[in-house]
This record gives sequence, C-alpha cells and structure tokens, in this order.
Amino acid sequence: MSISATAHGSARLTEEQVLLRDAVRELADERVAPRAAEIDRTAEWPDDVRRLLAEHDIFGIPFTEAHGGLGADLLTLCLAIEQLSRVCATSGLILAVQSLGAIPIQVAGSPEQQDRWLPGLASGEKLIAFGLTEADAGSDPSGLRTRAVRDGDDYVIDGSKRFISHASVADYVVVFAVTNPDAEKASRRLSAIVVETDRPGFRVTRLEHKMGIRGSPTAELAFDGVRVPVANRLGDEGQGFAIAMQTFERSRPGIAAQAVGIAQGALEVATRYANERRQFGKPIGELQMIQAMLADMDAQTEAARQLLYTACQEIEAGSPDAARWAAIAKLVGGDTAMRVTTDAVQVLGGYGYVDEYPVERMMRDAKITQLYEGTQQIQRLLVARSLLARYQ
Amino acid sequence: MRILVLTKPVPDPAAGAERLGPDFRLDRSASPSVVNGNDEYALEAALQLVEAHGGEVAILSMAPANGTETMRKALAMGATRGVLVTDESLAGADMAATIPVLAAAAASEEFDLLLAGLDTSDGQGGAVAAGVAARLGLPLLSAAAAIEPDPAAGRVRVRRLSAKGYDVIEAPMPAVISCTQALGAPRYPSLKGIMAARSREIAQRSLGDLGDVPVPSGGWATRVTDAEPPPARAAGRVVRGAPDEAAREIVDFLAGRRLI
Repeated sequence: MSISATAHGSARLTEEQVLLRDAVRELADERVAPRAAEIDRTAEWPDDVRRLLAEHDIFGIPFTEAHGGLGADLLTLCLAIEQLSRVCATSGLILAVQSLGAIPIQVAGSPEQQDRWLPGLASGEKLIAFGLTEADAGSDPSGLRTRAVRDGDDYVIDGSKRFISHASVADYVVVFAVTNPDAEKASRRLSAIVVETDRPGFRVTRLEHKMGIRGSPTAELAFDGVRVPVANRLGDEGQGFAIAMQTFERSRPGIAAQAVGIAQGALEVATRYANERRQFGKPIGELQMIQAMLADMDAQTEAARQLLYTACQEIEAGSPDAARWAAIAKLVGGDTAMRVTTDAVQVLGGYGYVDEYPVERMMRDAKITQLYEGTQQIQRLLVARSLLARYQ
Repeated sequence: MRILVLTKPVPDPAAGAERLGPDFRLDRSASPSVVNGNDEYALEAALQLVEAHGGEVAILSMAPANGTETMRKALAMGATRGVLVTDESLAGADMAATIPVLAAAAASEEFDLLLAGLDTSDGQGGAVAAGVAARLGLPLLSAAAAIEPDPAAGRVRVRRLSAKGYDVIEAPMPAVISCTQALGAPRYPSLKGIMAARSREIAQRSLGDLGDVPVPSGGWATRVTDAEPPPARAAGRVVRGAPDEAAREIVDFLAGRRLI
C-alpha cells in the first residue's frame, strides 16, 4: 500500500486534501487502472467501479456530513476526479456526473428534498443524471421543447432528451422542462424537476456509440406523459435556467479535473516510454525533439492543473466571477488534454496508435472534455462576456 | 474482544530508496515509511474478528517519533487507537532489545489476542511475536492461516500453515498469534476512515514510561558487519507462443526445478 513518489499538487493543498487525493490515487492505480482498457473495449457500464467508489466513501466527497458525506470542498472533489481520470476517464466521469446531478438539489432543493435524495447519492447507492440537452437544443437551451404541464399536484412531462450521461443507469434524472412557455424572458421558461427513472412513461430510447468515455452510458430519453409530484420541483417555477447555470459553475471544474487527469495520465505513459524505447542506440528520451515535447506537455498540464485549483478555491470562496473561473478552467483543461494526449501518441509513434498502449484511448477520451458541459466555444463566449462587461 | 496488533513502520519496499548509513544502519529519512505488509494482514484479520465478535482493535508500534504518520494509515483501516513507544535510546534496536520493550508496552494494555505479522519486510527476523509471547508467559499460535476465537469459552483455535497443509492448534486466551498472508488481503482505508483516523489517539510512551524494561546497555546484541547490494538480476526468460503451449512450457520449467 505504497504512495507513489510522483505526487503532483500544489503548496496550497491542505493536509486533508493531500491525504484524500493520495488515497484515491492508490485505489485508482491498483483497482481501476487494470480495468480501463476493458471498460473502453467492451463499452460496458463499470458497475464494479461504482461499487468500489461507494465502498470507499469517494461518492461522499462533495456531500455534507449531515447527508452522510465527507463535507469536503470542490477542490477535493476535483482532486479525486483528476486521480481517477488519470487512469480511466470513464471512471472519473462517474464522480463528475453524480456531482453534476446532485448540484441542482444542493443549490435549489428544500431541506426536505435534500434529506430525501442526497444521502443515497452520497453513499453511491443511488445514481443521478442531469437532463438538460435535447436533440435540437444543446448550446442554446432556449430551444428546449420538453414540456411539464401542471395537473393538480403533479406535473405531466412530455418530450425527449439526448446525450444524457448515466441516464440509463441512474435512479433519478434532473429534468429541465418548459413550465412557463409564455414567460417574457426565455430564461424564465424552465423548471428543474427530479424524475425517478422507474416512473411510467420514462424510457431510454437509445444509447450512443461514442468515440471516447465508452464505458459511460450516454442515453436518449423519451418522456411520454410522465407524472411527477410538484414536490419534486427544485426551486420555484421558472428558475430552471438559473439553476442550470449555477450548477455549471460548480460542475465545469469537475470536467477540467477530468481533462487534467487524462493529460497527466498520457504524460506519464509517454515519459516512461521515452525512457525505455531505444532508437539510434539510446533511449528516445535523450533526443531533444522528444524532450521538448515532454517538457511542453508537462508545463501545459501543470498550468491547467494550477488554474483549476485556483478556480476551485475562487468558486468555493464565493467569487462573483465564479462562472468565468469555471469556464476558463474547463477551456484550458480541455484544450490541454487534447494537445497533450495527441503529443503522447506522437511520442509513442506507431505504438501510440494501437491499443497496446493506453494513449490512443486517452486521446479519444480527451476530445469529449472540449465538448460537454458547454463546448469550448460556449466557454469562450462566457469568458468574453464577463471580460467585456468589466470594461464597459 | 480486545485485540492488540503490532504494526511496524518499515521503509516502503516499493519506493526502492533504501540507503545505508556508515554503520550499515538503514537511513530512515531516505525512504518513506509504510505499515509492514504482513502486519497489515494481521490488522485485517483483527478488524474482521471484531466485526464478527464485537470489541475493538488497538495498534502498538515501536518506532521513531514520526512513526505516528504511518500509524495513522493503520488507524484509517479501522483500528480505534494506537500506542507508540518511541525513545531515542532505542534507535537501531535489534530483536533482542525490541521484544522486552514491546512486551512491557503490551503488558499495560488489556487484550484477548495479540496479533503480529509473521515477520517484517526490513528486519525479517520473524521472532518478535514468539519473543513477546514468551516474555508475557502467553501461548503462541504461529503462522496463522485462519483464526477462530470462541470468546464464550475463552479459547482460540488457529489453523497453522505447515509444510503439508494445516495444523489445527488451540489455546486459552489471551494468546499471541503470528499472522500469514493466507488470512486474506488487507482492505484499503475508506475516505471516512482516513478522516476519522486524524483525530484518533496515539499515546506516546518513552522507555521510562514502561517501567523497568531490561534493555541491554552498551550496544545491541546484533551488529551488522558488512553489507552489499544484491547482484543485478540476470535477464529473465520470456515465454512466447500460444497460451496452451506457453503454459506447458512454464509448468515444465518450474517442475524441472522442483518448484511445483
């Protein structure tokens, strides 16, 4: 049960954060890493990894102790996602998606709603998904068409969702649906409603075949007259859009953490390979062209990591600029992951292109971090808006 | 049941950073410390016993003062408190000196079972459990592959690994048991366990606190006179080919050397 000597972090991490990070790293190295290639190849949901994370209280990180969690901060959650993603991006995503689904309850749920749903999510016994995106409404949520119509003490939900991570294995989906179609502002049309996935009329209509994060099920959902009590609505009617935006402020760092983890994993494989692979009578790590690539990969990964850690601390401290911090951490993290994994494949040459080594998987996994929870273009839009507003 | 487990902080064998000082003593600052591997198996067995029979597990170490850091990892697995005997005069103590110290510290604890790993990955003497049992006048059940206590009868039965299989041996409690890896792999600490371990008590005892311990004065009975690194490993033999064929080749290889 040794702790790897190649610890990455920053001087700002607390003793507690270091302890928890190292525990997750050890578990990731010894129990998750050996499963990563198979999870990718079979594209099957790794329920064994879910159980492992549950057994070791890793799901509990972002939940309060009152709800059975560890009461740790956003940075600690990101450290765990980073360590898991370093060896298996699908496994890191399990934690990120659970948090993404739980945040709307944490930020907008009543105490009763929190007591009802959060303990199961904190233990990992229950899984939750976040249902915003639709086939025709991704970056622009004003195009959402799924409706929730009030009928007595219930809502009746009709419509569909697409690209919903974990929805096929989740016990709940936070569904963003139009409850106020006539609201003046587009941002006041939506409500967030927790839908139990065993309700009649809820169906998984398709699972996507994906380029990366292949063990993470991505579902298309149909809602045919799904009846849900009004008591399942989070916050007020019409608050859905605001809840989604608040959620992203705390969830995008998780994707940045996944990206940093993937980059770090690829860097480690490439570096070990450079030490071992001999050409021209010496390890290729002694060739300056390889050294330059490795140095850039390391510098870029570290820069993305430190930006993420700072963003977490700013968001946790209640920065008025939280949305910008979340956006730039995700923007830089995602682009770094793509660049570093691409270079890792380059360092490994032909071996990098085949599944004998994990870097081709990491390169495929990295791509999603530039796409989901807001494309890189949406992140830039947010950053630019915040920037321009400051100098108005 | 109350179970006391000897847990020794040892240099991390996986770090590969061991360095010897000029007197051939291990430079402890050169290598990170971990809980001795076999002691983790003993601790796991102890935790499973109290899960089944109730009670608590405490750990006992003799180590430099920073041994508490390593002990926290054992506490994170589920032990509820620790005792660390630490005293500068014990630096470099050999087994003959360690045994009376651990026995004296254990004597001031109440326990039904005292568990220890079969040996430690640094010293590899493998005599500490037996020595402590002898000093305390308690039965020793060695090389345990299974431990079955009967708290109501005040007895414990152990399956002892032998060259031919198992011996089943039994003794009244309290008893000392040396533990093998056949007991089952140690758990990973849970995050809640790690958090809880931070506030668990590790009582520090100096040699003086233990009363009159017969520790030899004027040097240890064991002295290292020379040391050299092991020879570099020769190139291994790689078996390639179809699984069936390769398996046969490996079996023949091992059988030819009477290893199976």
